[in-house]
Amino acid sequence: MAEILDKDIEMEEEDTQKGKYLTFVVGNEVYGIEIRYVTEIIGIQAITEVPELPVYIKGIINLRGKIIPVMDVRLRFGKEPKEYNDRTCVVVVDIGEISIGLIVDSVSEVLTIPDEDIVPPPQLNKAQNRYIKAIGKVGNEVSLLLDCEKLLNDDEVAVLSEI
Amino acid sequence: MMIDDSQRDSMFELFIFETRQLLEELEQELLQCEKTNQIEGSIDAVFRIMHTIKGSAALMQYRNISELAHAVEDLFFILREDKPQQLNTPQIIDLVLGAVDFIKDQIACAESKQAVDGDASSLIATLHQYVAQLKAGDEPVKEQNVMKETDNPGPEAPGYEAVIHFEPGCGFEDVQSFALINDFKQYATAIRTVPESFIDDEDGIHLIKSQGLKLTFQSDLDMEQLKTVLEKNAFVKEVVLTCIEDEGKQTVKSKPIIDLDGEIPQPVAEKETKETRVSEPKTKQSNGEAGVKQSLISVNVNKLDLLLDLVGELVISEAMVTRHPELDGLPLDNFYKAARQLRKITHELQDLVMSIRMVPLAATFQKMHRIVRDMSRKLGKEVRLNVVGEETEVDKNIIEHISDPLMHLIRNAMDHGIETAEERRSKNKPEYGTVTLEAKNAGSDVLIEIRDDGRGLNRERILEKAKRLGLLTKDESELSDRDVFGFILLPGFSTKEEVTEFSGRGVGMDVVVKEINEIGGAVLIDSTPDVGTVFTLKIPLTLAIIDGITVRVGKSQYSIPTTSIRESFQMKAEDLITDPDGNEMIMIRGECYPVLRLHQLFNVHTEVTRIDQGVVTMVESNGKGLCLFVDELLGEQQVVVKALPKYIKKVKGIAGCTLLGDGSISLILDIPGLIQMMTA
Repeated sequence: MAEILDKDIEMEEEDTQKGKYLTFVVGNEVYGIEIRYVTEIIGIQAITEVPELPVYIKGIINLRGKIIPVMDVRLRFGKEPKEYNDRTCVVVVDIGEISIGLIVDSVSEVLTIPDEDIVPPPQLNKAQNRYIKAIGKVGNEVSLLLDCEKLLNDDEVAVLSEI
Repeated sequence: MMIDDSQRDSMFELFIFETRQLLEELEQELLQCEKTNQIEGSIDAVFRIMHTIKGSAALMQYRNISELAHAVEDLFFILREDKPQQLNTPQIIDLVLGAVDFIKDQIACAESKQAVDGDASSLIATLHQYVAQLKAGDEPVKEQNVMKETDNPGPEAPGYEAVIHFEPGCGFEDVQSFALINDFKQYATAIRTVPESFIDDEDGIHLIKSQGLKLTFQSDLDMEQLKTVLEKNAFVKEVVLTCIEDEGKQTVKSKPIIDLDGEIPQPVAEKETKETRVSEPKTKQSNGEAGVKQSLISVNVNKLDLLLDLVGELVISEAMVTRHPELDGLPLDNFYKAARQLRKITHELQDLVMSIRMVPLAATFQKMHRIVRDMSRKLGKEVRLNVVGEETEVDKNIIEHISDPLMHLIRNAMDHGIETAEERRSKNKPEYGTVTLEAKNAGSDVLIEIRDDGRGLNRERILEKAKRLGLLTKDESELSDRDVFGFILLPGFSTKEEVTEFSGRGVGMDVVVKEINEIGGAVLIDSTPDVGTVFTLKIPLTLAIIDGITVRVGKSQYSIPTTSIRESFQMKAEDLITDPDGNEMIMIRGECYPVLRLHQLFNVHTEVTRIDQGVVTMVESNGKGLCLFVDELLGEQQVVVKALPKYIKKVKGIAGCTLLGDGSISLILDIPGLIQMMTA
């Protein structure tokens, strides 16, 4: 633990956000997203549907005058849809020039995962883990670290823009 | 030298902005001269503008620009000082316009972060040649001028000492001093400075900051003139000028041009002119310039956009507070009184912010004079430009989009529309052609007409070309004139056989249409053989705010721009006509319109599916109509248009979105798009 703390302080000098991940739950898994992408976390709000979008883009929301699209991460990962409840959160992320809200089942915590605890995902032939950049070990559990760029800019979106 | 990036960036921006403005001003001035064939009245203005450009270009280290500006300045110095009799005004104007074009080019390069390395030497050489010509032609002039040109003034040139104080905090005093001295070399000789070295010399800079830059020099100019010359430099706060020879130590202390707080320059005209009254009138111009009251400030457009967004949010929050559901039924007379006041102020604020963004078309129209002039020369056709309604205001964003299309249409009109002088004579028209540029308000649209009195469009030739390109889908006789003329707006369509420098390549008309469509406008063409052609650009007054009717479909709300709505009504089930393909339509006053069910188009679940349960709204665009079937109308309100998030990209039938009073989002329907989709 002391080692981790030392490491932590060291890194803080470099960049306070480095190695920190916001973890959230979708289904049975814990996912992590680099904290530098996250701007804020809000509760679920009224979503305006926009026609012609893929199912996982639920529509747009009004974030204090700024209009941003929201993506249901459940549907994005091809899981069964689930009713939104009090625990449902929208994680607003800024990736490149794009602001987007990610609808997740619930948000857990902010963790520091040092580099040595992060391993690349196993090479599967199935396309299932294409959004997973790496896997982080947190105590006894693992957290699937998301590749935000891919989450947004996958082929499906490219197809979408051609409609 | 410590110039941090942001400082340099803002200076750079200011340089580009100011120089652009000055060049435009200069162009206007010159074109005015050309009309009257009198340059005398503008000499001072040209001189002043060139001088400013020279100074700022030197500061930004654009040597080619400053050298060229210097050459022009030389020319006008002679014109101003010596007033030569036989002036070739057109030639001077050409020379200066050539220089203006060069500087414009270079600035465009600088702006796009390219190297500013254009070669101005030939222009400068021509200018020098002309200056020499002037001198040779005017013998006494030469003598007077020798002083200025030679490096050694006669021993009788009086010596002066000047202490120049820069504005505190203006930054890099060493560069300022260097620029000042460089500039000053043309007026004075044997310049010595205290401190002697200051470039990259901390001590020297410190000395300039604390005690000012001390100059000793010899010059033929008198005190007042020298003071003016020195004060004209950027960031100079105060100049103390002393004549060394003069026993009485006559000191002219100038009034600070800019007050210490660095606020908007105070008008100092009164005092200044009082002081300069003794001097010759020619120096008044430059002094008067400093005294012009600053009532304009330039603001970054992004800031305005931000302000508009904020005010939009304020309007929404105001509605959220004053119409809060929890207030329902409570006897809150005083609260409502206060709320009304708040609403009034927020709406006034909104109107004001909108009006800030409105810019008159004048500047854009003025630019066209230059185009017409150049084209006239090159095509050898005399064309007069007639501008009407230039005070019409449109949104700043729109102005940026119409300059190029206008330019193109005017070029087209002059190249293809207006006939040659002989042809015009044979048609009993005046020899000179007329192009009229007219702007007028029409509801929430602005109409800009580009009218020429040329030969008009040739229906037969256009049809023939269209046939060749395989564009004809209907029989010729079915096509109205407007349909036929519409072909010329398509890409790659040009009936002109030979390509000229300006037009005829078939790229262009489609670009015009694209640009105009981008801002939600339309291009209409009317033409009568031998009477002329009229291009009408119909553009919206503003992009940022529209009047919209909000309609409901299922749980979703949509806004329809009020201007595109013709009428709304309930219809009976038996009025609905369905063709074998399942397309629904309705007959209204003898015309048949397609019916579009929004819930089907957008795949929205709704209870209202029977045509007689909901409301039908007839919309139109470009003369085509369409009936939209919605659940109900919710009401009319002004909405602030926002673009859909970039990530969503383009959705068919949706132009954007807007925030409603309760904070919910409504999608704005793209009526022209829908109509095109249904009728194409």
